Amino acid sequence: MAFAPSEEPVALKILVAGGFGVGKTTLVGAISEIRPLRTEEVLSDRGVDVDDTDGVEGKTTTTVAMDFGRITIREGLVVYLFGTPGQERFWFMWDELSYGALGAVVLADTRRLTDCFPSIDYFEQRGTPFIVAVNCFDGADRHEPEDVRIALDLDPDVPVLLCDVRRRASAKVVLVTLVEHALKMLTAAQR
Amino acid sequence: MTGPQWMDEEAGPLVRPYALTGGRARHSGAKLDLITMVTTTGSPRDVPGIGPEQRRILEIARRGASVADIASDIDLPLGVVRVLIGDLHDLGLVDVRAPGKVAPLPSERILKEVINGLRAL
Repeated sequence: MAFAPSEEPVALKILVAGGFGVGKTTLVGAISEIRPLRTEEVLSDRGVDVDDTDGVEGKTTTTVAMDFGRITIREGLVVYLFGTPGQERFWFMWDELSYGALGAVVLADTRRLTDCFPSIDYFEQRGTPFIVAVNCFDGADRHEPEDVRIALDLDPDVPVLLCDVRRRASAKVVLVTLVEHALKMLTAAQR
Repeated sequence: MTGPQWMDEEAGPLVRPYALTGGRARHSGAKLDLITMVTTTGSPRDVPGIGPEQRRILEIARRGASVADIASDIDLPLGVVRVLIGDLHDLGLVDVRAPGKVAPLPSERILKEVINGLRAL
Protein backbone atom coordinates (compact mmCIF):
# COMPACT_ATOMS: atom_id res chain seq x y z
CA MET A 1 0.00 0.00 0.00
CA ALA A 2 1.07 3.57 -0.63
CA PHE A 3 2.20 5.79 2.16
CA ALA A 4 -0.03 8.76 2.80
CA PRO A 5 1.76 12.06 2.27
CA SER A 6 2.25 14.15 5.36
CA GLU A 7 -0.15 16.71 3.95
CA GLU A 8 -2.92 16.00 1.49
CA PRO A 9 -2.98 18.16 -1.62
CA VAL A 10 -5.61 20.89 -1.47
CA ALA A 11 -7.69 22.04 -4.43
CA LEU A 12 -9.82 25.14 -4.07
CA LYS A 13 -12.61 26.32 -6.31
CA ILE A 14 -13.45 29.95 -7.07
CA LEU A 15 -16.40 30.85 -9.25
CA VAL A 16 -16.61 33.81 -11.57
CA ALA A 17 -20.27 34.62 -12.19
CA GLY A 18 -22.16 37.38 -13.89
CA GLY A 19 -24.21 38.26 -16.93
CA PHE A 20 -23.47 37.48 -20.52
CA GLY A 21 -20.49 39.32 -21.99
CA VAL A 22 -19.47 40.95 -18.71
CA GLY A 23 -15.84 39.81 -18.91
CA LYS A 24 -15.72 36.47 -17.10
CA THR A 25 -13.52 34.89 -19.75
CA THR A 26 -11.18 37.88 -19.73
CA LEU A 27 -10.85 37.80 -15.96
CA VAL A 28 -10.04 34.09 -15.84
CA GLY A 29 -7.59 34.52 -18.73
CA ALA A 30 -5.86 37.51 -17.14
CA ILE A 31 -4.80 35.60 -14.06
CA SER A 32 -4.49 31.96 -15.05
CA GLU A 33 -3.79 29.63 -17.88
CA ILE A 34 -7.25 29.40 -19.35
CA ARG A 35 -8.60 26.29 -20.99
CA PRO A 36 -11.99 25.46 -22.33
CA LEU A 37 -14.11 22.94 -20.51
CA ARG A 38 -17.10 21.53 -22.28
CA THR A 39 -20.27 20.73 -20.45
CA GLU A 40 -22.58 17.94 -21.47
CA GLU A 41 -25.28 20.27 -22.64
CA VAL A 42 -25.23 20.59 -26.37
CA LEU A 43 -26.77 23.86 -27.36
CA SER A 44 -28.20 24.65 -30.73
CA ASP A 45 -27.40 27.76 -32.73
CA ARG A 46 -30.64 29.25 -31.56
CA GLY A 47 -28.97 30.69 -28.51
CA VAL A 48 -27.17 33.21 -30.67
CA ASP A 49 -30.44 34.87 -31.50
CA VAL A 50 -31.95 34.50 -28.07
CA ASP A 51 -29.15 36.06 -26.03
CA ASP A 52 -29.84 39.66 -25.31
CA THR A 53 -26.72 41.44 -26.42
CA ASP A 54 -27.96 45.02 -26.10
CA GLY A 55 -25.18 47.05 -24.61
CA VAL A 56 -22.58 44.35 -25.03
CA GLU A 57 -21.35 45.19 -28.49
CA GLY A 58 -18.21 43.30 -29.37
CA LYS A 59 -19.37 39.86 -28.30
CA THR A 60 -21.45 38.21 -30.96
CA THR A 61 -21.24 34.51 -30.21
CA THR A 62 -22.28 32.40 -27.27
CA THR A 63 -19.74 29.92 -25.99
CA VAL A 64 -20.89 26.52 -24.84
CA ALA A 65 -17.64 25.96 -23.00
CA MET A 66 -17.06 27.00 -19.42
CA ASP A 67 -13.96 28.97 -18.67
CA PHE A 68 -11.61 26.99 -16.59
CA GLY A 69 -8.38 28.33 -15.15
CA ARG A 70 -5.79 26.90 -12.84
CA ILE A 71 -3.41 28.74 -10.53
CA THR A 72 -0.75 26.73 -8.77
CA ILE A 73 0.08 28.40 -5.48
CA ARG A 74 2.62 25.73 -4.61
CA GLU A 75 2.93 22.02 -5.05
CA GLY A 76 -0.14 20.54 -3.43
CA LEU A 77 -2.14 23.78 -3.35
CA VAL A 78 -4.07 24.65 -6.48
CA VAL A 79 -6.82 27.19 -7.08
CA TYR A 80 -9.27 26.42 -9.86
CA LEU A 81 -11.31 29.18 -11.43
CA PHE A 82 -14.60 28.45 -13.13
CA GLY A 83 -16.35 31.05 -15.20
CA THR A 84 -19.96 30.07 -14.72
CA PRO A 85 -22.22 30.63 -17.65
CA GLY A 86 -24.39 33.63 -16.95
CA GLN A 87 -27.43 32.79 -18.99
CA GLU A 88 -30.48 31.44 -17.27
CA ARG A 89 -30.44 28.19 -19.18
CA PHE A 90 -27.23 27.22 -17.36
CA TRP A 91 -28.62 27.60 -13.87
CA PHE A 92 -29.03 23.87 -13.44
CA MET A 93 -25.24 23.69 -13.24
CA TRP A 94 -24.85 26.14 -10.41
CA ASP A 95 -25.52 23.78 -7.54
CA GLU A 96 -22.72 21.59 -8.64
CA LEU A 97 -20.39 24.44 -9.42
CA SER A 98 -20.89 26.12 -6.09
CA TYR A 99 -20.60 22.93 -4.05
CA GLY A 100 -17.51 23.28 -1.92
CA ALA A 101 -16.54 26.56 -3.54
CA LEU A 102 -14.32 28.88 -1.56
CA GLY A 103 -16.23 31.85 -2.90
CA ALA A 104 -17.47 33.70 -5.93
CA VAL A 105 -16.66 36.85 -7.83
CA VAL A 106 -19.81 38.43 -9.24
CA LEU A 107 -18.75 40.53 -12.18
CA ALA A 108 -20.99 43.49 -12.86
CA ASP A 109 -21.39 45.83 -15.80
CA THR A 110 -22.97 49.12 -14.73
CA ARG A 111 -24.83 49.35 -18.04
CA ARG A 112 -26.62 46.10 -17.22
CA LEU A 113 -26.51 45.92 -13.46
CA THR A 114 -29.66 43.82 -13.18
CA ASP A 115 -27.85 40.97 -14.94
CA CYS A 116 -26.02 40.12 -11.75
CA PHE A 117 -29.11 40.00 -9.49
CA PRO A 118 -29.60 36.25 -9.97
CA SER A 119 -25.98 35.47 -9.08
CA ILE A 120 -26.14 37.63 -5.98
CA ASP A 121 -29.42 36.08 -4.84
CA TYR A 122 -28.01 32.65 -5.38
CA PHE A 123 -24.81 33.15 -3.38
CA GLU A 124 -26.61 35.04 -0.61
CA GLN A 125 -29.05 32.16 -0.18
CA ARG A 126 -26.32 29.55 -0.12
CA GLY A 127 -24.09 31.50 2.21
CA THR A 128 -21.23 31.33 -0.31
CA PRO A 129 -18.76 34.18 0.30
CA PHE A 130 -18.87 36.56 -2.66
CA ILE A 131 -17.69 39.96 -3.75
CA VAL A 132 -18.96 42.25 -6.49
CA ALA A 133 -16.34 43.43 -8.98
CA VAL A 134 -17.53 46.19 -11.30
CA ASN A 135 -15.78 45.84 -14.61
CA CYS A 136 -15.02 49.30 -16.00
CA PHE A 137 -15.75 49.02 -19.68
CA ASP A 138 -14.54 51.59 -22.15
CA GLY A 139 -17.35 53.98 -22.86
CA ALA A 140 -19.37 53.14 -19.76
CA ASP A 141 -19.91 55.75 -17.09
CA ARG A 142 -17.85 55.11 -14.02
CA HIS A 143 -19.78 54.57 -10.84
CA GLU A 144 -18.63 54.72 -7.29
CA PRO A 145 -18.62 51.32 -5.55
CA GLU A 146 -21.01 52.69 -2.94
CA ASP A 147 -23.57 53.60 -5.63
CA VAL A 148 -23.35 50.05 -6.94
CA ARG A 149 -23.80 48.66 -3.43
CA ILE A 150 -26.98 50.67 -2.99
CA ALA A 151 -28.29 49.79 -6.44
CA LEU A 152 -27.73 46.08 -5.76
CA ASP A 153 -28.99 46.32 -2.18
CA LEU A 154 -25.91 44.55 -0.88
CA ASP A 155 -25.07 43.70 2.67
CA PRO A 156 -22.56 46.19 4.14
CA ASP A 157 -20.08 43.32 4.62
CA VAL A 158 -19.93 42.40 0.94
CA PRO A 159 -16.88 43.97 -0.69
CA VAL A 160 -17.53 45.98 -3.85
CA LEU A 161 -14.65 47.11 -6.00
CA LEU A 162 -13.97 48.57 -9.42
CA CYS A 163 -11.73 46.60 -11.74
CA ASP A 164 -10.42 46.28 -15.24
CA VAL A 165 -10.41 42.57 -15.93
CA ARG A 166 -8.06 42.95 -18.89
CA ARG A 167 -5.27 43.87 -16.50
CA ARG A 168 -3.57 41.09 -14.61
CA ALA A 169 -2.81 43.33 -11.63
CA SER A 170 -6.48 44.25 -11.37
CA ALA A 171 -7.59 40.63 -11.68
CA LYS A 172 -5.16 39.76 -8.88
CA VAL A 173 -6.68 42.40 -6.58
CA VAL A 174 -10.15 40.97 -7.32
CA LEU A 175 -9.13 37.45 -6.32
CA VAL A 176 -7.18 38.57 -3.25
CA THR A 177 -10.21 40.61 -2.13
CA LEU A 178 -12.40 37.53 -2.43
CA VAL A 179 -10.07 35.21 -0.52
CA GLU A 180 -9.62 37.84 2.20
CA HIS A 181 -13.39 38.12 2.45
CA ALA A 182 -13.74 34.33 2.67
CA LEU A 183 -11.09 34.30 5.40
CA LYS A 184 -12.95 37.00 7.30
CA MET A 185 -16.19 35.01 7.09
CA LEU A 186 -14.36 31.89 8.25
CA THR A 187 -12.82 33.55 11.29
CA ALA A 188 -16.14 35.24 12.13
CA ALA A 189 -17.88 31.87 12.02
CA GLN A 190 -15.28 30.34 14.32
CA ARG A 191 -15.80 32.95 16.99
CA MET B 1 -42.85 5.58 -42.60
CA THR B 2 -45.35 8.05 -41.28
CA GLY B 3 -44.54 8.07 -37.58
CA PRO B 4 -42.95 11.04 -35.85
CA GLN B 5 -39.63 11.93 -37.39
CA TRP B 6 -37.26 11.86 -34.45
CA MET B 7 -34.10 12.67 -36.33
CA ASP B 8 -33.84 15.98 -38.10
CA GLU B 9 -31.19 18.65 -38.50
CA GLU B 10 -31.64 19.55 -34.83
CA ALA B 11 -30.41 16.13 -33.79
CA GLY B 12 -26.82 17.17 -34.46
CA PRO B 13 -23.96 14.82 -35.28
CA LEU B 14 -24.83 11.16 -35.53
CA VAL B 15 -22.11 9.95 -33.20
CA ARG B 16 -22.97 11.55 -29.92
CA PRO B 17 -20.48 11.90 -27.08
CA TYR B 18 -22.46 9.54 -24.90
CA ALA B 19 -21.89 6.74 -27.39
CA LEU B 20 -18.57 6.36 -25.56
CA THR B 21 -20.40 5.53 -22.36
CA GLY B 22 -22.91 3.13 -23.84
CA GLY B 23 -25.55 5.80 -23.49
CA ARG B 24 -25.14 6.22 -19.78
CA ALA B 25 -25.37 9.83 -18.68
CA ARG B 26 -24.67 9.22 -15.02
CA HIS B 27 -22.43 6.92 -13.11
CA SER B 28 -23.85 5.23 -10.07
CA GLY B 29 -20.60 5.17 -8.13
CA ALA B 30 -18.41 7.83 -6.57
CA LYS B 31 -19.58 11.43 -6.69
CA LEU B 32 -17.16 13.28 -8.89
CA ASP B 33 -16.94 16.98 -8.30
CA LEU B 34 -15.14 19.19 -10.80
CA ILE B 35 -12.14 19.35 -8.51
CA THR B 36 -12.21 15.76 -7.29
CA MET B 37 -8.66 14.48 -7.69
CA VAL B 38 -8.22 11.36 -9.78
CA THR B 39 -5.03 9.32 -9.52
CA THR B 40 -4.15 6.28 -11.59
CA THR B 41 -3.41 3.22 -9.51
CA GLY B 42 -3.29 0.47 -12.11
CA SER B 43 -1.58 -0.09 -15.40
CA PRO B 44 -3.86 0.25 -18.45
CA ARG B 45 -1.95 -2.54 -20.21
CA ASP B 46 -3.23 -5.05 -17.70
CA VAL B 47 -6.85 -4.43 -18.53
CA PRO B 48 -8.51 -5.53 -21.73
CA GLY B 49 -11.74 -3.93 -22.80
CA ILE B 50 -11.12 -0.34 -21.86
CA GLY B 51 -11.33 2.18 -24.62
CA PRO B 52 -8.73 4.64 -25.92
CA GLU B 53 -10.40 7.51 -24.06
CA GLN B 54 -10.07 5.65 -20.78
CA ARG B 55 -6.45 4.85 -21.55
CA ARG B 56 -5.84 8.54 -22.05
CA ILE B 57 -7.50 9.30 -18.73
CA LEU B 58 -5.20 6.80 -17.01
CA GLU B 59 -2.26 8.48 -18.71
CA ILE B 60 -3.33 12.01 -17.68
CA ALA B 61 -4.10 10.99 -14.10
CA ARG B 62 -0.81 9.23 -13.53
CA ARG B 63 0.39 12.04 -11.29
CA GLY B 64 -3.07 13.06 -10.18
CA ALA B 65 -5.44 15.39 -12.02
CA SER B 66 -8.79 16.96 -11.26
CA VAL B 67 -11.93 15.88 -13.12
CA ALA B 68 -11.98 19.31 -14.79
CA ASP B 69 -8.34 18.97 -15.86
CA ILE B 70 -9.05 15.60 -17.42
CA ALA B 71 -12.20 16.74 -19.23
CA SER B 72 -10.35 19.73 -20.61
CA ASP B 73 -7.33 17.65 -21.65
CA ILE B 74 -9.23 15.03 -23.57
CA ASP B 75 -11.77 17.55 -24.87
CA LEU B 76 -14.85 15.55 -24.03
CA PRO B 77 -17.93 16.83 -22.26
CA LEU B 78 -17.79 16.72 -18.50
CA GLY B 79 -20.68 14.28 -18.16
CA VAL B 80 -19.04 11.76 -20.46
CA VAL B 81 -15.72 12.05 -18.65
CA ARG B 82 -17.43 11.46 -15.32
CA VAL B 83 -18.93 8.20 -16.50
CA LEU B 84 -15.59 7.04 -17.93
CA ILE B 85 -13.77 7.88 -14.69
CA GLY B 86 -16.49 6.14 -12.69
CA ASP B 87 -15.93 2.97 -14.70
CA LEU B 88 -12.18 3.16 -14.12
CA HIS B 89 -12.87 3.58 -10.43
CA ASP B 90 -15.06 0.47 -10.43
CA LEU B 91 -12.23 -1.43 -12.10
CA GLY B 92 -9.87 -0.28 -9.37
CA LEU B 93 -7.67 1.55 -11.85
CA VAL B 94 -8.05 5.00 -10.33
CA ASP B 95 -8.32 6.43 -6.89
CA VAL B 96 -10.70 9.39 -6.44
CA ARG B 97 -10.52 11.87 -3.62
CA ALA B 98 -13.22 14.47 -3.07
CA PRO B 99 -12.07 17.96 -2.11
CA GLY B 100 -12.98 19.41 1.23
CA LYS B 101 -14.61 16.28 2.53
CA VAL B 102 -13.74 17.23 6.09
CA ALA B 103 -14.75 20.88 6.17
CA PRO B 104 -16.66 23.02 3.67
CA LEU B 105 -13.97 25.68 3.89
CA PRO B 106 -10.24 25.21 4.08
CA SER B 107 -8.28 26.29 7.10
CA GLU B 108 -7.24 29.81 7.94
CA ARG B 109 -3.64 28.86 7.28
CA ILE B 110 -4.42 27.63 3.76
CA LEU B 111 -6.39 30.77 2.93
CA LYS B 112 -3.54 32.99 4.10
CA GLU B 113 -1.20 30.97 1.94
CA VAL B 114 -3.49 31.48 -1.04
CA ILE B 115 -3.67 35.25 -0.43
CA ASN B 116 0.12 35.49 -0.30
CA GLY B 117 0.48 33.25 -3.31
CA LEU B 118 -1.95 35.32 -5.38
CA ARG B 119 -0.19 38.54 -4.43
CA ALA B 120 3.11 37.04 -5.54
CA LEU B 121 1.83 36.04 -8.99
